[in-house]
Amino acid sequence: MSGAPIGIVRFPGTNCDQDVFDAVAATDGARAVWLWHKETDLAGVRGIVLAGGFSYGDYLRAGAIARFSPIMERVIRFAEAGGPVLGICNGFQILTEAGLLPGALMRNARLSFVCREQWLRIDSDDTAFTRHFQRGQLVRFPVAHGEGNYVADEETLDRLEGEGRVVFRYVDETGAATAVANPNGSARNIAGIAGERRNVVGLMPHPDRAMSLLVGSDDGRGVFRGLAEAAA
Amino acid sequence: MTARVEVFVQLKDGMLDPQGKTLEHALASLGYSGVQDVRVGKWITFAVAGENPEAVRKQVDEMCSRLLANTVIERYSFELVEDAS
Repeated sequence: MSGAPIGIVRFPGTNCDQDVFDAVAATDGARAVWLWHKETDLAGVRGIVLAGGFSYGDYLRAGAIARFSPIMERVIRFAEAGGPVLGICNGFQILTEAGLLPGALMRNARLSFVCREQWLRIDSDDTAFTRHFQRGQLVRFPVAHGEGNYVADEETLDRLEGEGRVVFRYVDETGAATAVANPNGSARNIAGIAGERRNVVGLMPHPDRAMSLLVGSDDGRGVFRGLAEAAA
Repeated sequence: MTARVEVFVQLKDGMLDPQGKTLEHALASLGYSGVQDVRVGKWITFAVAGENPEAVRKQVDEMCSRLLANTVIERYSFELVEDAS
C-alpha cells in the first residue's frame, strides 16, 4: 500500500467511517488509516478526516463530548500546524465544538431530519478540498442530518464572507441560494466553511457518499483528490 | 464542603428553538391558547466537593463554559446548595 496516509477518526457512534475509508482508499495517492478516539498518537498521518455519525450518541450536544477525547488534542495540534483536516457532518459539528471553526450547528429549523440529494455551490476554490473545483461550480452531495443549522453572529458571518471562507453553499439546481434550497435554516445558506488558514474545512453534506455515479453523483471525488494532494 | 449543583442551560434569546415552537403549537392544539415564547432547555445536576463555595462556583462556571454549554448559542446559570451531610 502506498500513498499519503490519511487518518479517519473513529469515535463511539461514528457511522460514516467506512464510507470515508472507502472514499480515501479509492483516491489516487491516498492510503486510509484508522485512528481510534483513545489514541494519543496520529501514527504519522498527513491528513485527517472526522467522519459523520453520532459520536458519543450526540449526548449533551452533537460533537460536544468527542471534542474532549484524547485524539482530538492531537487533531487540534495537527490543524494548528497547518495539516489538512476535513470534518463531514458530525465531523463539522466536532470542529466547531473544538473551536477550530467558528459558529455552531443547531437543530434544523424545520424540525425534521433531512435526508436528500442536495445541490451545493462551491464558493471558494481556495482550500485543499476544493482546489479541483471552480468557484461557482455546482455539485451534488447527499445531506443527512438533524442538526445542521449553521449559526454565527453577524460579525463572524460577514468576516467569513469577506475572507472567502464560505466554501459550500446550499443552492437550487440553478445555483441560486434560496430559502427553499436551504435544508436546515442555515445562516446565509452556509453548508461548509474554512478556518482562517484554510487547511481546516467542515461541511454538513457528504462528499463521501458522492463517490460513484451508481449512487447518483461522483462529485465528491474532487474533495478527496484535493485532500490526497495536500497530504502528499 | 460538598455542594449540590443545579445547572440550567438554554438557547440564547433570539435563537430559533424549534423544539419550543413545536411544544407551543402542541399546547395550543390542547386548547392552551395563551401560551407563547416556549423555550426548551437543559437541567443538569451533580454533587461536587470543594474548599469553599467561591472555589466551587469558579469551578462550576468553568465546567459550564468549557463543556456543559456552548456559549456561541446557549446561556447558562447555576445554583449551589450546600450539602449539610
